[in-house]
Amino acid sequence: MNEYVSLFIKAVFVENLALAFFLGMCTFLAVSKKISTAIGLGVAVMVVQVITVPVNNLVYHTLLKEDALSWLGITGVDLSFLVLLSCIGMIAALVQILEMILDKFFPTLFHALGVFLPLITVNCAILGGSLFMIERDYDFTQSVVYGVGSGFGWALAITVMAGVREKLKYSDIPKGLEGLGITFISAGLMSLGFMAFSGIQL
Amino acid sequence: MSADIDTKKILTEPLVNNNPITLQVLGICSALAVTSQMSTSLIMAVALTAVTACSSAAISSIRNHIPGSIRIIVQMTIIASLVIVVDQILKAFAYEISKQLSVFVGLIITNCIVMGRAEAYAMKNPPMASFIDGIGNGAGYSLILIIVAFFRELFGSGKLLGIEIFPLTKDGGWYDPNGLMLLPPSAFFIIGLLIWTFRQWKPGQNEKADFKIMDISHGEGGHH
Repeated sequence: MNEYVSLFIKAVFVENLALAFFLGMCTFLAVSKKISTAIGLGVAVMVVQVITVPVNNLVYHTLLKEDALSWLGITGVDLSFLVLLSCIGMIAALVQILEMILDKFFPTLFHALGVFLPLITVNCAILGGSLFMIERDYDFTQSVVYGVGSGFGWALAITVMAGVREKLKYSDIPKGLEGLGITFISAGLMSLGFMAFSGIQL
Repeated sequence: MSADIDTKKILTEPLVNNNPITLQVLGICSALAVTSQMSTSLIMAVALTAVTACSSAAISSIRNHIPGSIRIIVQMTIIASLVIVVDQILKAFAYEISKQLSVFVGLIITNCIVMGRAEAYAMKNPPMASFIDGIGNGAGYSLILIIVAFFRELFGSGKLLGIEIFPLTKDGGWYDPNGLMLLPPSAFFIIGLLIWTFRQWKPGQNEKADFKIMDISHGEGGHH
């Protein structure tokens, strides 16, 4: 149990996908102008992350890994070079399915998340989460925890960023630094803040 | 010949005037993550340029046969296949560097520059022009990557491409490396300052402020 708590904390704070690995930066900068939209996108990323990381974990361990096909009686096959293609295909398909399910059964949630869902397929945080999971060789339970943690960490980062930017638009910023420039610098300061967590050992 | 002029324009436009990173805000993830050393950023720059150029050309040559509703998946498949090729080549010939780049080679798939150029340019233009456009945008990305990596490696470890430039104090030299430069936040700062520099140089790139501070010294400042 302890191991999972520590993995969760690590995924949320120490190895925050947005601020320590810069994943999903494009959407992170583009959609962080208002807190409400940022929360919407954050929740959508979290939901997709929680589903895709474990599913990709299953696919990897039952189909692609070296000798993974031995349950079919086939040995000596190593399909791990297909990881990239299968991960991104899986993500695109899952996002599409999620969109349909939400549309059918949870129309209110669908309308809240609707615009963000297609964006998520090309969000590097999602693909990055799956690839990190494979590189670090997480088992299924670990991948669930990692999915929740990394998704939550990303949502947290974009919400905080939106909060900062909402205040920032009233400030008097040197010409040329307005907009993108100052956003980068404040993201840097936030990332500096998150580094304070890196000493945490659980 | 007009074709020559176009080629030049397509190639040079994305370097400064329409740079994918500082103006289009695309492909930032990897720009920040791999830049703590020159060698990794050079490899990344070459890999991304190759993938963008080839995928743009490939997508553009079949653009009239792709049904609109599934075009994203078709583009993704082409891009992912190219990235797998790049990944395998790196693993075969530059294993050390491919280990350092870890997942970031794979993340070229979701790099918005590749997708963005496929969607915005290659779907509407012939293969050759798309190929050149891919190279141009790849070069714009590479330029930023190399500038950031230059500062980070030089001030962070006193080296360039692993060759010592500033002798470090721990080896009896005079330079005390700035450890912050090797950490993630410095990449944000450098890109932020770079954008500032670019916009001072080309004021047309400035963004409009959402709010202006009202100048009350001229009397009729406040009508509520």
